[in-house]
Amino acid sequence: MAKQHVNTTINGDPVEFLCEPDQTVLDVLRDVLGLTGSKEGCGTGDCGACSVIVDGRLSCGCLMLGAEAEGREITTVEGIAEGDKLHPVQQRILEEGALQCAFCTPGFVVAAKALIDQNPDPTETEARYWLAGNLCRCTGYDKIIRAVMNAAADVRGEAA
Amino acid sequence: MTYEDGKLKVVGTRPIRPDGVDKVTGRANFGADHSMPGMLWGRILRSPHAHARITGIDVSKAEALPGVKAVVTGADMAESSGSADAGESAINLRDLSRNVLAHDKVLYDGHAIAAIAATSDKIAREALKLIDVGYEVLPHVMDVDEAMKPDAPLLHDDMFTEGIEPTPETSSNIAKKMVIGFGDVDDGFAKADVIIERTLKTAPVHQGYIEPHACVATISEDGQAVVWCSSQGQFVIRDLCSQLLGMEAADVRVIPAEIGGGFGGKTTVYLEPVALMLSQKSSRPVKMTMTRGEVFRATGPTSASSMDVKIGATRDGRITAASAEFRFQAGAFPGSPVGAACMASFAPYDLENVSITGYDVVTNGPKVAAYRAPGAPQGAYAVETVVDELAEALNMDPVDFRALNGAREGTKAPYGATFKVVGNLECLEATKDHPHYKSNLGPDQGRGVASGFWFNIGGQSAATVAINPDGTVSVVEGNPDIGGSRASMAMMAAEVFGVAVEKVRPMIADTASIAHNDVTGGSRVTFATGMAVVQASEDAVEQLKKRAAKMWDVEVEDVVWQDGAAHTATKDAPLTLADIAAQAGRTGGPITGNASINARGAGPAFTTHICDVEVDRETGAVEILRYTAIQDAGKAIHPSFVEGQMQGGVAQGVGWALNEEYIYSTDGNMENPGFLDYRMPVASDLPMIDTVVIEVPNPSHPFGVRGVGEAPIVPPLAAVANAVYDAVGVRMTELPISPPRLLAAIDAYKAAAE
Amino acid sequence: MARVLLSGDLGRRFADGEAEIEVKGDSVRHVIAALEDLYPGIAEVLSDGRMAVAIDGTIHQDGLYEPVPADAEVIFMPAIGGG
Repeated sequence: MAKQHVNTTINGDPVEFLCEPDQTVLDVLRDVLGLTGSKEGCGTGDCGACSVIVDGRLSCGCLMLGAEAEGREITTVEGIAEGDKLHPVQQRILEEGALQCAFCTPGFVVAAKALIDQNPDPTETEARYWLAGNLCRCTGYDKIIRAVMNAAADVRGEAA
Repeated sequence: MTYEDGKLKVVGTRPIRPDGVDKVTGRANFGADHSMPGMLWGRILRSPHAHARITGIDVSKAEALPGVKAVVTGADMAESSGSADAGESAINLRDLSRNVLAHDKVLYDGHAIAAIAATSDKIAREALKLIDVGYEVLPHVMDVDEAMKPDAPLLHDDMFTEGIEPTPETSSNIAKKMVIGFGDVDDGFAKADVIIERTLKTAPVHQGYIEPHACVATISEDGQAVVWCSSQGQFVIRDLCSQLLGMEAADVRVIPAEIGGGFGGKTTVYLEPVALMLSQKSSRPVKMTMTRGEVFRATGPTSASSMDVKIGATRDGRITAASAEFRFQAGAFPGSPVGAACMASFAPYDLENVSITGYDVVTNGPKVAAYRAPGAPQGAYAVETVVDELAEALNMDPVDFRALNGAREGTKAPYGATFKVVGNLECLEATKDHPHYKSNLGPDQGRGVASGFWFNIGGQSAATVAINPDGTVSVVEGNPDIGGSRASMAMMAAEVFGVAVEKVRPMIADTASIAHNDVTGGSRVTFATGMAVVQASEDAVEQLKKRAAKMWDVEVEDVVWQDGAAHTATKDAPLTLADIAAQAGRTGGPITGNASINARGAGPAFTTHICDVEVDRETGAVEILRYTAIQDAGKAIHPSFVEGQMQGGVAQGVGWALNEEYIYSTDGNMENPGFLDYRMPVASDLPMIDTVVIEVPNPSHPFGVRGVGEAPIVPPLAAVANAVYDAVGVRMTELPISPPRLLAAIDAYKAAAE
Repeated sequence: MARVLLSGDLGRRFADGEAEIEVKGDSVRHVIAALEDLYPGIAEVLSDGRMAVAIDGTIHQDGLYEPVPADAEVIFMPAIGGG
């Protein structure tokens, strides 16, 4: 089968690419477009390391075919910071030391931003359940949750 | 210890790690993030059988597929022999080469048999289907106790149990028997008023790192190779690859990618030698990654265990004797961590009579690999469960019982050596005093405590320091940064120089750029590599003082180094790093410091954990309500990262206790090789994990550091199991305590009570 | 003199169970040689790469050339691997 020709928007920029029919959005991001920030941890949608935001909705890049990106708006971890200004989620993760190997970090950054966009004042339980689709094996989640709660407060404009 | 608490300016603070911004923006490059021009994609064909003889491999159809550039099998691998020193322990090269690519037999579901390199991943995977392998399926054995029986299916004809005199004449699956201990346990048990004896079991569990193995390898026509891979030690990868493939170490340059978790599982090779062989055959770079399924099926989990523990005590609470037999499953090739289990499990106790027997047993599962304090969590689960029962039988508080019998300075450890200054009693005291321990519990809620120990190791590290012309400092070291060690190295160097930590930039070198460094593992990096960085920095400070003396025309004895500058009595103005560095050329050349050590005096870590659970009697689900981990870290260089290590180890231990296990079909195939059914803790499974960092300094390290990374995984298995007992009165002696199992146990307990 | 405790497997195999002995030796290598005189065959076991040695409580994963201070406690034990 011939390659698929796709037009999409990634991190605000128009992008045109060719991909195999069975390549996922994750494959395309990493192997076709060179955006290796999104990671493959499992390929089956169970770990969240490939988290991206598609038309405003948190999704696993590994569960979506590259061809399905046609006409959509995709945000990856590379598009979370604004220029040289880190998003509060990114800044708080750094300040709290909420990262160790940092392989899951891109997924958490994207997922946490999606959370705060949808729910600007999450409780700890809401944050934990929203982020239950992002596996971390290093941190035990404690500092990540604290960072996300503090980041939500930052976005609301409050002192944490 | 040279640097006094109270005067420290950088060590003990919490700066943002120097590699942090790259890590939160997706810029940092992990094993699979690298590409080389002209790169091929490699894939591995794996055995569908748990145990079979390979009767033939026909690769002709695969080779003929357009796009396929190379095919390799075990036959292409030189017959390796002897042992390699992988920095931490001797590794049997013959076993390793057979694990990387099977020779005459496949020994587990997922065992690698052949590999393809092709112009696309798609073609590589298609080509795998075209390889014809003939199998003579053999009976298999998965369970360690079954594998020890005389009529068990045999994995290796040439395995005769080591450690038995005389050496047995018939081969078996028991690779080794060992015994450690001292005193007279029979006499000790005779003196006991209460004896508790239990058998406990654990299942194989995987380290569960989120990043699958990945590498890109290339060999030039003249035999010089470059391997880009994520690992816990680029030097081990280099040495194992060069020895397995008959290459010289200097011809293999291994560049460390960022590593997405290891926990011991990435201290060995799987893909790297295969990628090199494919690259050699195709004359092109080859990229290989594992799928999650391959990671589970074919990379080392840790051993399943079957353990008998017996402890006796007098009525006033003093342990009189302790004995254990640990039977550990090694997977397809020998090398379970049963030795460490034997040595570590009773270490928190001051004993007069102790005897521990260990068996290393092969089974038809993947060859086990190190997993965070290898062997100790299993052994501690068994011992700490029995200790809990003993304390209850004696009507003593479990923490008081542990403190009464607690190891301390002067205690003889089970392996015979005498402990120097250690923090076990301090941890127990902090446990007793902690608000968590004094808080109340409700119905179906329970509390468990458990102690743990890990040796921590020192080992070889080399570091260099260069003073840049503007006075900033570059630190070059050789340990992959798995949890923030770059930050700790920069902080220790900054403390020595007396400058802000942002003026010190650490860098992790490849195997061609720095001398050998032992792995990032064994809780050694902050201790040993930290020591090397400190010594290299101190060496540089000596050079700086000499240059200052030259610039001032004074004696070097009259120069002191303080707050980032040289001072001398006869001059008002100091000479800063920048001042001296600017004149480096004139005063003798570039200013560097070096250190190359085999770090001695690693300080062991003791730890105590408190776990509260609530049991749902309808479903058997266990909720962790509250968890506190108390551990002696010697000195926390960067407290956030020390706390992080403790929290991460706890989470892994909780998963091990409650949900994680390898589930096998009757055919010996792994049924849950994915994150959906190999159920690791997620954010909604855990509460905040409180940590108390005790600091009983290790005098051998300039800042008092003890390794922290491994000890945290040791107590949680028993802490959780003891809490479940406290909640519902059911003693779970098999892990995991998954809902169906706990429910069955609760029902049985109810039925027995009626 | 170094104080050596032979227990567990080593004690069983060479010393009828357990033995605490004093031998002459200012390095681990010399201690092993002195032990070989008392227990023929023990040197091969103790020099195996999979043995570690604890000198006054400090564990050396490959300590063949380590100096042994006067009156130090010397314990041979299996090497451990970390993770």
